[in-house]
Amino acid sequence: MKKLSKKTRSGFINYGLILVFFLVFQILISTGSITNSLKGQLIPICAYMVMAVSLNIVVGFSGELSLGHAGFMSVGAFTGVIVSTSLMNAVPNTGLRLLLAMVIGALFAAIAGVIVGIPVLRLRGDYLAIVTLAFGEIIKNILNCLYVGYDKAGLHISTKDIASIGMDETGVTIVNGPMGAIGITKISTFLAGVILILIVLFVTQNMMNSRTGRAIMGIRDNRIAAEACGLNVTKYKLIAFVISAAMAGAAGALYALNYSTIVPKKFDFNTSILVLVFVVLGGMGNIRGSLIAAAVLTVLPELLRKFSDYRMLIYAIVLIVIMIATNNEKARAIWNRVFAGLGAKPRKKEADGNG
Amino acid sequence: MTFLSHVINGISLGSVYAIIALGYTMVYGIAKMLNFAHGDVIMIGGYMCFIATMSLHLGTIPSILIAVIVCTLLGIVIERLAYKPLRSASSLAVLITAIGVSYFLQNAALLIWSSNTKSFKSVVAGVQPVKLFGDKLSISAEAILTIAVSVVIMICLTLFTGKSKMGKAMRAVSEDRGAAQLMGINVNKTISMTFAIGSGLAAIAGVLLLSSYSSLTPTTGSMPGIKAFTAAVFGGIGSIPGAMLGGILLGVIEILGKAYISQELSDAIVFAVLIIVLIFKPTGLLGKKIKEKV
Repeated sequence: MKKLSKKTRSGFINYGLILVFFLVFQILISTGSITNSLKGQLIPICAYMVMAVSLNIVVGFSGELSLGHAGFMSVGAFTGVIVSTSLMNAVPNTGLRLLLAMVIGALFAAIAGVIVGIPVLRLRGDYLAIVTLAFGEIIKNILNCLYVGYDKAGLHISTKDIASIGMDETGVTIVNGPMGAIGITKISTFLAGVILILIVLFVTQNMMNSRTGRAIMGIRDNRIAAEACGLNVTKYKLIAFVISAAMAGAAGALYALNYSTIVPKKFDFNTSILVLVFVVLGGMGNIRGSLIAAAVLTVLPELLRKFSDYRMLIYAIVLIVIMIATNNEKARAIWNRVFAGLGAKPRKKEADGNG
Repeated sequence: MTFLSHVINGISLGSVYAIIALGYTMVYGIAKMLNFAHGDVIMIGGYMCFIATMSLHLGTIPSILIAVIVCTLLGIVIERLAYKPLRSASSLAVLITAIGVSYFLQNAALLIWSSNTKSFKSVVAGVQPVKLFGDKLSISAEAILTIAVSVVIMICLTLFTGKSKMGKAMRAVSEDRGAAQLMGINVNKTISMTFAIGSGLAAIAGVLLLSSYSSLTPTTGSMPGIKAFTAAVFGGIGSIPGAMLGGILLGVIEILGKAYISQELSDAIVFAVLIIVLIFKPTGLLGKKIKEKV
């Protein structure tokens, strides 16, 4: 067998990891040895894994801080719900409907990504971060006054109230302002989630090993040098941003179609931050790290359940301690000594995406 | 006349944002970090003042003093425990740690004071609103107090950073940390001091904010925190006059947007204005232009 390159092998390990994750939980579900609360977490875990990988494209590979990633997720979520509910009769097959919801959700999120991407081209660093934050809040705010219904005549949309959208008696309310999307048929499955992760991994890993990916990382490492080499900075930043947004949109659709109701507030600043925590904790630019961090940190509050009221407090402390332990110079030196003592290679200083 | 009263309310709310934004901007200028836990210090300040008046039956002034002292100490402790070990780490790592601190403060508050909304009694409760133009324009005592306090704070802070030795040290550290250290400035002490001042201001902002909007919960601080952060960026992060200007403009835009465009969309309007301003002035209104050398 031909020897695979290091990057390809690392990519295959990621696919393998996801497949193992899927099989283990499938077996656990079929033998019934899994708690209901953990079972309910499986689809959100998949969605968050996709979110983490997609945000990693922007934060880790492109080197821009984004604080509004949940905004793209909510665009995908609400589009997905609207698509799924309005195609209820036209597409009876739930799998196909889920696919359509995710694809159209991703498409709309990508459009939103282009819209946000335009100011991105002029701003840097923390100013860009605040624009993404502002965008996330704007999306949440708009969704809060969005009313969508569906009847025989098609979709009805209003920003005033549910009565003013003018549906006939067969109409179904899909999105009801601050109440969010209601009456969602739960069509997301764990299998679909795993397939979505695999697709996202495939796209991300191949893109990052391609000319485009190298250009994106080159711009991150030294924008001026990259520009001098003739790379179109605007184009590559926008590519990273839009692909990331599209993936977040698909994740949003998957996530929303796992619940019977979903409110716009769910995708606020805190969710964006949560995903950012996955990325930073997993290591910027490290896809496997994002996957593991997303899974562990989504389950962690569940595992801490026995501490009941204290669990979020402990979660916060764990977060602070991990950040200090992995980023403090002294702590790092201790790590390196421990690893050297075990005969392993000392850990190199992690590549810092923010330069 | 209603327009004028909206503007005054806007300036009052904006003054609170400005005071919070000062904390953000000073910490950013000196430690180059976004302190996302800043909003939660506001909340702690609110609770401290609440407890001091309700449980300890202290007067208004001692209660506010207690809130300021506790928050100042809290600011120093947070900096010492959570941020100091990360002095040389990447800015994102510090950002995530700040978020961890923010979660910690919110959940600690949740455990200690529960999630029930507490109704904060205004520090100037009972004072009659000022009526002008034959009762046509009524300005609440809270608005006057807020604006007056923020003017005093801004003057003091400008004098402090401009004239005092510590203030000069702060500016020096924010300009160039390494050079400041070589000139014999104690960088750690300066950074601690910045956190102390920022957190003390946050406590005052908390009391003023809650005097106008009385509901106090463990998450009270997060939205004003985000808005103030926006204000700091709006004015040019790192710039003290920028934070003041940004805060006040943000408050006025928010109140006018609420009054004349849409109640629900007021936040969206604020953020949309921010984005538009940043497109034309990429480093904020009063931000320094960053020169790039190749």
